[in-house]
Amino acid sequence: MIGEITLTAPEAGCAPSRQPEVLRAGVIRERGQREVFCGLTGIIWLHRKMQDAFFLVVGSRTCAHLLQSAAGVMIFAEPRFATAIIEERDLAGMADCQDELDRIVDRLLTRRPEIRTLFLVGSCPSEVIKLDLGKAAQRLDVKFSPSTRILNYSGSGIETTFTEGEDACLTAIVPEMPAASASDAANLLVVGALPDIVEDQFGRLFAEIGISNVGYLPTRRMADLPPVGPNTRFLLAQPFLTETTGALQRRGATRLDALFPFGAEGTTDWLRAAADAFGVDPMHFNRVVAPGRERAKRAIAHRRERLEGKRITFLPDSQLELPLARFLATELGMIPVEVGTPYLNRELNARELALLPQGTRLSEGQDVDLQLDRVRFDRPDLTVCGLGLANPLEAEGLSTKWAIELVFSPIHGFEQAGDLAELFARPLRRRDVLRV
Amino acid sequence: MQLAVWTYEGPPHVGAMRVATAMNGLHYVLHAPQGDTYADLLFTMIERRGKRPPVTYTTFQARDLGKDTASIFQNAARDAYERFQPQALLVGASCTAELIQDDPAGLAEALNLPCPVIPLELPSYQRKENWGAAETFYRVVRQLIDKDVRPAAREGRRPLVNLLGPCALGFRHRDDVAEVRKLLGTLGIDVNCVAPLGAAPDDIRTLGRADFNIVLYPEIGGEAARWLQQALGQPAIRTVPIGVSATAEFIEEVSALAGVDPTTALADEASRMPWWSRSVDSTYLTGKRVFIFGDATHAIAAARIAHEELGFEICGLGCYNREFAREMRDAAKLYNVEPLITDDHLLVEDAILNAAPELVLGTQMERHIAKRFGIPCAVISSPVHVQDFPARHSPQMGFEGANVIFDTWIHPLVMGLEEHLLTMFRDDFEFSDTAGPSHLHGKSHPAAPEAARQPALHADLQSDVTLAELPVAEAGSWTAEAERELKKIPFFVRGKARRNTEAYATAQGRNVIDLVTLYDAKAHYAR
Repeated sequence: MIGEITLTAPEAGCAPSRQPEVLRAGVIRERGQREVFCGLTGIIWLHRKMQDAFFLVVGSRTCAHLLQSAAGVMIFAEPRFATAIIEERDLAGMADCQDELDRIVDRLLTRRPEIRTLFLVGSCPSEVIKLDLGKAAQRLDVKFSPSTRILNYSGSGIETTFTEGEDACLTAIVPEMPAASASDAANLLVVGALPDIVEDQFGRLFAEIGISNVGYLPTRRMADLPPVGPNTRFLLAQPFLTETTGALQRRGATRLDALFPFGAEGTTDWLRAAADAFGVDPMHFNRVVAPGRERAKRAIAHRRERLEGKRITFLPDSQLELPLARFLATELGMIPVEVGTPYLNRELNARELALLPQGTRLSEGQDVDLQLDRVRFDRPDLTVCGLGLANPLEAEGLSTKWAIELVFSPIHGFEQAGDLAELFARPLRRRDVLRV
Repeated sequence: MQLAVWTYEGPPHVGAMRVATAMNGLHYVLHAPQGDTYADLLFTMIERRGKRPPVTYTTFQARDLGKDTASIFQNAARDAYERFQPQALLVGASCTAELIQDDPAGLAEALNLPCPVIPLELPSYQRKENWGAAETFYRVVRQLIDKDVRPAAREGRRPLVNLLGPCALGFRHRDDVAEVRKLLGTLGIDVNCVAPLGAAPDDIRTLGRADFNIVLYPEIGGEAARWLQQALGQPAIRTVPIGVSATAEFIEEVSALAGVDPTTALADEASRMPWWSRSVDSTYLTGKRVFIFGDATHAIAAARIAHEELGFEICGLGCYNREFAREMRDAAKLYNVEPLITDDHLLVEDAILNAAPELVLGTQMERHIAKRFGIPCAVISSPVHVQDFPARHSPQMGFEGANVIFDTWIHPLVMGLEEHLLTMFRDDFEFSDTAGPSHLHGKSHPAAPEAARQPALHADLQSDVTLAELPVAEAGSWTAEAERELKKIPFFVRGKARRNTEAYATAQGRNVIDLVTLYDAKAHYAR
């Protein structure tokens, strides 16, 4: 549905410093400076979700500094994440990295005996020096299992962009899920970390709909991992789970294609995909979801006046950009100008893509200076971007919304649809009320 | 490998970014993987800068490794020059790029860019942020300076100085510079250049025009000043004017070197701190136990103020930057404390608990530690937080800086005095001993009065906080009467009284602590 992409000058014309190329193919693909977090950042929400897991990054001082800066505040004296900082003596071969890692894990688990799963998380430096964390995890697992399982994944910036860290983490968990056999009853799996309150809301809805056998990935406690097998049907709660999807499919599970559960329509479609797969009577389904769906519509309607007709650009950040642009376009009447994503998975987003308005410019990857040229040229009413870009764009007179809030806040489902709309409305309302 | 949870300093390339961001007309091409751009938010969010830091990241990926990361670097450098037209270019590598050994210096040189290129070698696996900033500033000065630019003949002109060290993301650097400029104005001294903050490469070129340098922040400006002294014979003032006495010494030293009269500057009537400290209202500050931790310069200055100008007792002193360990050890000797030189915040936390201070002066890390234990705290040093960039003028240096420090440190304690009054009326029906100190976020936690002994955890933190149990001596049991008497002691000294009494009882071999033991102990510890 994405038609010819051309740049149309906004009414208040402002000459760009360099005219971007006019692209004819469907998607702008760029390689250059990327203003995004690496996959390690996912630890910030994953460790809150998985309450008996610890994340040990094997990396550099930069990794530790990133986690600290992204976490924002030092709320916890000893959070359930830390960095094993590689030092000169490790690189010079004066110390054996594997021995060092054993020593650190020993110390860590002595101090935190309540930890049930320890993730060794690879970083750019550990990948470049080819430190084999898989081997380390296997060795340590033998030592500490069953009281503590040791798993590993990579959240390095050279391999993962921001939310892809969660994808890598969940992929590492999939082999740990118990096997369900072909004779077991069908079960539903909701995949992607959701705030507990949202997970519980969905749980109640599935129960009312009549699907009782529902599991979540990730789980709050690792011991509660749901089974997976040929009768498992799964719904993605997040659009960035490409690798996890593959891993689940290899264990026989089937992905249910649906819109992502943002807004009244997205949530209805997502729930309906499950209801259909489990043979739920459509009349019953409609009756169950109607109250939530109506509440969501009412809550959204409050924000419609502020957002309708407003132009919005998403800079690439979390891969949530496509579903959110669809929600804002179809349910709030906003006009997506450019929707950037770090990685465009056409298969998982097929239904989202089909609903984006004709003429929406899509971009994948980033060359931040060129992209900012387009933002200045387009002058959208709202730009969704990372923390490094927000104040500089505001200083240029462009309203912004921090993308990271979309990852940290509960935004899924009927009950959060109004909050989600409010996240976009607030910067515009603030711009209008301020007289300084 | 070193296990780190929270760090006081970032990697050295973040120090280089602080210098690049502080300056104008300089651009930094950083060979770095995706994700290292997080550092931009330190400047745009914490410091609220309205411009992106002048940094181009090459953003190489796994698939580029072993192929052509070098040409990615060269393209990025060429594009950055074209787009930003800097007067000079810094080039270097972050921790990951250091491992792939692409040689940014050589690659940049091969481009023949029409501006000076300053290569940075910042060993990420050995060094940290402050060192990176100092090294970068030194390299910038060394490469850009025109050694032929020297001071004009002294006759018929005012003395001219450089202010070295102020930087982006510095603790109150913006306001300190304004304060020191004002002070120098009073002395009749002109400022040739403030660097790196606000300086362009062209300004660095003419640093030699100044008669001497003033090092405001040795952590960042010290190395460059040392080289300028060596290479150009430019003397440097290294007294940091934080505190009333240090400011007076600073004025005397600067005046002597510049040949000007210090009288007017020393008689600044806006210096209110000495009288505020002498006034009877401040009597209760006498002997308050204070724990100080931060960067060496700010911590050492704070110790002197605490000791000489406020009459506090220093029960702990330390810094996180080992480069200044010698200075810190010398300072600690003055106050008879063991210097704590570490970048492990858990060790700092243990030290704070053991010292049982009544006030903590530290960084944002110590603020969090103090908050968890209900100890009053003021921030004196980076690492910085958005709170450390107030909208108002709020210097640390000069006489106004001392005024600001008095207010900032004393306010948490004045509230403590208010608590004392509440405690005096504790038996009134309106007051309850379990209400908790009103200044600590109105949270009611009954254990707060003896926070250091039984750390009270805010409910929302409970899940993640495990605390080192404070070693409590095997103590005798308290009689009910003695317990009741203990409760009459103001909460903020009660923990200390309990500990002292128990230690005394143990030493005396008394198994039961009764009223007599309590008062014997009080007499024993009376000073």
